[in-house]
Amino acid sequence: MSGSRARPWLVALGALAAGFGVLALGLAIAGYDAGLALGALWRGAFGSWYAITSATLVRAVPLVVLGLGLALAFRAGALNIGAEGQFYAGAIAATWIGAQVGGWPGGLAIGTVWIGAAIAGALWIVVPVVLRLRFGVLEVISTLLLTFVAEALVSYAVTGPLQEQSRIYPQSDPIALAARLPMLPGSRLHLGLALALALAVLLWLLFTRTAWGFRLLAAGLSPRAAEVSGRIPVRRMLGVALLWSGALAGLGGGLEITGVTYALFQNLSPGYGFTAIAVALLARLHPLGVVAAGVLFGALEAGAQGMQREAGVPAVAVYVIEAVIILVVLLTDAVARQAGERQAAAVAAASEEPA
Amino acid sequence: MTNPVLHLRGISKSFGAVRALRNVDFSLLPGEVHALLGENGAGKSTLMHVAYGMIPPDAGGVEVSGLPMVFRSPREARRHGIGMVHQHFTTIEALTVEENIRLALGPGAGVPAARLLEGVNPATHVHDLGVAQRQRLEIAKALAIGGRVLLLDEPTAVLAPSEVESLLGTVRTFAREGGAVALITHKLPEALAAADRVTVLRHGTVMFTGPITGRSAEELAGYMLGTSGELARRAEAVQPERFAPRGPERPPVAGIGGIEVRAGDLIGVAAVEGNGQRELLRELAGLSRFGVSASGASVAFIPEDRTTEGIIPELTVTENVVLGLQQDPRWLRGLRLDWDAARARTAGLLSEFSIRATSPDALAATLSGGNQQKVVLARALERGPRLLVAENPTRGLDIRATREVLDRLRGAAEGGVAVVVYSTDLDEVLGLAHRVLVVHRGVVREAPVGADRHAVGAMMLGLSGWR
Amino acid sequence: MSELTLILGGFLAAAVRISTPLLYAATGELLVERSGVINLGVEGAMLAGALAAALGAGLGGPWIGVLAAVLAGGAVAAVFAAVALGARADQIITGTAVTLGAIGLTGAVYRSAYGAGGPGLSLPMFAPVPIPGLAGLPVVGPALFAQPVLTYLAWLLVPAVWWFLFRSWWGLALRATGESAEAARASGVPVRRVRVTAALVAGGLAGLGGATLVLAQVGTFAEKMTAGRGFLAIAVVVLGRWHPGGVLLASLLFGAATALQYAFQAMGLGVPYQIFLMLPYLLALAALTVRIHGWRAPAGLGKRLS
Repeated sequence: MSGSRARPWLVALGALAAGFGVLALGLAIAGYDAGLALGALWRGAFGSWYAITSATLVRAVPLVVLGLGLALAFRAGALNIGAEGQFYAGAIAATWIGAQVGGWPGGLAIGTVWIGAAIAGALWIVVPVVLRLRFGVLEVISTLLLTFVAEALVSYAVTGPLQEQSRIYPQSDPIALAARLPMLPGSRLHLGLALALALAVLLWLLFTRTAWGFRLLAAGLSPRAAEVSGRIPVRRMLGVALLWSGALAGLGGGLEITGVTYALFQNLSPGYGFTAIAVALLARLHPLGVVAAGVLFGALEAGAQGMQREAGVPAVAVYVIEAVIILVVLLTDAVARQAGERQAAAVAAASEEPA
Repeated sequence: MTNPVLHLRGISKSFGAVRALRNVDFSLLPGEVHALLGENGAGKSTLMHVAYGMIPPDAGGVEVSGLPMVFRSPREARRHGIGMVHQHFTTIEALTVEENIRLALGPGAGVPAARLLEGVNPATHVHDLGVAQRQRLEIAKALAIGGRVLLLDEPTAVLAPSEVESLLGTVRTFAREGGAVALITHKLPEALAAADRVTVLRHGTVMFTGPITGRSAEELAGYMLGTSGELARRAEAVQPERFAPRGPERPPVAGIGGIEVRAGDLIGVAAVEGNGQRELLRELAGLSRFGVSASGASVAFIPEDRTTEGIIPELTVTENVVLGLQQDPRWLRGLRLDWDAARARTAGLLSEFSIRATSPDALAATLSGGNQQKVVLARALERGPRLLVAENPTRGLDIRATREVLDRLRGAAEGGVAVVVYSTDLDEVLGLAHRVLVVHRGVVREAPVGADRHAVGAMMLGLSGWR
Repeated sequence: MSELTLILGGFLAAAVRISTPLLYAATGELLVERSGVINLGVEGAMLAGALAAALGAGLGGPWIGVLAAVLAGGAVAAVFAAVALGARADQIITGTAVTLGAIGLTGAVYRSAYGAGGPGLSLPMFAPVPIPGLAGLPVVGPALFAQPVLTYLAWLLVPAVWWFLFRSWWGLALRATGESAEAARASGVPVRRVRVTAALVAGGLAGLGGATLVLAQVGTFAEKMTAGRGFLAIAVVVLGRWHPGGVLLASLLFGAATALQYAFQAMGLGVPYQIFLMLPYLLALAALTVRIHGWRAPAGLGKRLS
């Protein structure tokens, strides 16, 4: 399921335009002042330096990191729909480890928390991987189910073992200072952005320059051809891709804890795991595109808060834009594929082959 | 002269620049078996697809019992009593025999008569049936809707020789009872054995049509192929050259079912579908059922289904070449892939093998089937293998591409590669190979030197040659 | 009646009540998957149905709510059908996007219709309808025979769907489509039409499930209230082995798992309630590994649609 090769930027822009069009239409129909709402959306995302760094980019970080993980999985043909659950697993681990590393030097503390969060995310996807490889269970279903389990686990954690000392609020104690990420002065933008960008470049090199990245692509496009002609261990690649995908999602959860909230509570994620699907798709699975798409969706969600404040439009309406974007990209892909099939059929017929 | 039950009049059809059919007339009389003869690509299937409503003709018309018809879909053709049995079966495995027939009958038709499939319990699931039985089910489906006309597309391709006779017997019975059969085939002997009349197509044009009595094989072959020179060469190819060059410089390379394969051997594998030959060959090539087992660069494999197993259509030609040659030191530098080097070599391969593609960066999907197969072949030979295993490598290719592929295989064997070729075309196997191995129920035996078509056929059915 | 019998009866009644929305959604998804398609939009359809039921009931009573729910669920399914079946886009992603959009849309519409003060909204509900005579049976009486009409309706669906799938020609055509679309098409089955119809019917059923949730169970609407029940329906279909009777049993099983929560609370055992939140999903995961020979998924399920 990698994207079509034709004009990815055009497709992305078109999808975006369609998304905004639908939103504007819906707002107008519902009786809102569409102009005010869209203006508020813009201001909430880009209206000030603070908005850009502390609203948009901060929200972009988990979207980029999760989006990279999903791009990796999708490229291999694995459908990880449960990044949300892996995110929470990482967040839980980060919270617990973050409380233990009080006296540690900063770099070591942060590194340990990050690694722990990534491992937790990978562990959270291990069961779906086993179910897929051993029992042939579609990972779509298993990863999804575990998301709900993860949410329940968070609820249990913050009302039980990880609950803050006074036992009043359903949230954890704040993590140790050593585990908190340094921030850009004058904003809430944290080190996680640098990590996200580094990961994007790393993945880009991996995809386009290495033999492993090529094998991943082949395995995702045609498992049978990859096995028979490429002698690629497709199942193993699928499992590895899923595990790394889970690790990145878990890391995203860790970044959110160490960089933004410093504590665990329910509904920590406003659906990052699902929005990241849209991010990866819009980016046509290209790591650098994931950065751009992540920033875009971060802007959308930041702007949505502004839209709710200023124009009274419920923030959750932004999901509609995201859904439209995904659908437009899917439709464009489908149309391109059908055109390709027609062309292939014409070529086959134009040579001297039996019809 | 009785009225033809099906008459195709002046049919022309083009696909893009290719004229598949040029003003073809074809008539089918009730009670006859009419062979539609021609080489691969002559237009036989296209003509029948027009008759069955799958393709609209560019010119010309269809008449059923004298009445002009326009079929927009197979459903309409079926409604007028025309049934077609394709090469790829359309029975549904998970359903029972009875359900498959009931499905074909359409809504509101009621329960089909049990006698339609003699000797088989209607409640049997299709996945428990053998190939020949499934074909019978296909025919039963076609007839269940009251078919008076049966179009059979290469029905004997998947059958063993004795099953072929049984099928042809059924076909003749149907004709005797008043039905009409169009038998599409490229196999001369079958046409001679079973048909009353014959129409020969070549390059979309009718070369001959008329009763088959009194026609000789050479004459019909001449119509099919067009030149007597080609005919002579083909006749030569059909003579089995069954000697195995021996010598100490030809070391054994592998074993298949306990039989030794030596460098420079050109081995043909003959077997009826479903006797384990594919599994055996794949194991030989290092591809086990449970994934890929370790194999060095010394084995190369050419799968039958190039679009799903040979190439990845969404990737470029260069990427497809690299797919089979990932470890090649010319472009693998540590963990990195040098795409420029790969592209350069691919350009070389394109010219060496006369592969028609716009550039090494063309998507594989834009290549024709023959050119795609040549990419697979080029890639396989580029590995410098000691053993080359090919599964129906000429399937779906026209004469020219077929010849190129077979020549390359012969050349590889002459160069010292052990070549093992499986083909469902027994004549191709016999004409190509020094040695013939027959697989029956997973066991491999070598055919004796000089064994002819019937002897090998008997071995394929397990009737002789097995202890 | 002893206290234990009371608790047991209450537990069973809760299990049946909770299972009904799941049964509707799963029955619909069963039809869709039997035609070879996985529709993740079932969650969105259920949620849309829930909101429509709330709005409709507020306007004209519970039955208007039901009608609105069926239409809303069908509309969501129509979007899925247009993109995944009409344009032949990837069915998994399409379903996810449809659900995402439905979550956004229902949330937005709910806020604008009811303002920020959501909880506290009270709706006319379906009261339990006891069947005379049977409702008086000990333990099972209230559980099985004193349920709202929508539950009885769901149960009637089960034999109806069974008859459709295994005795009617169109049901045969549906099954053929799921096993091998090319073969079905060659036999004259209008494959796309069958799939689209199945998807639309499933959307309506999922909507009905949402209506049941709102009007026969919870009594109000809240954002994202379906909480993955639609996705759970997919697991129910797997556990039920793609068979209507199996789906019924599986739904009851999951209803029971959730109802355990109440039973444990009533018995005063100090177990963290989150365990019971997790239980249905874990059960579904375990169920996915069970492979019963012969009762397997349609061969063409999840394949790229042609």
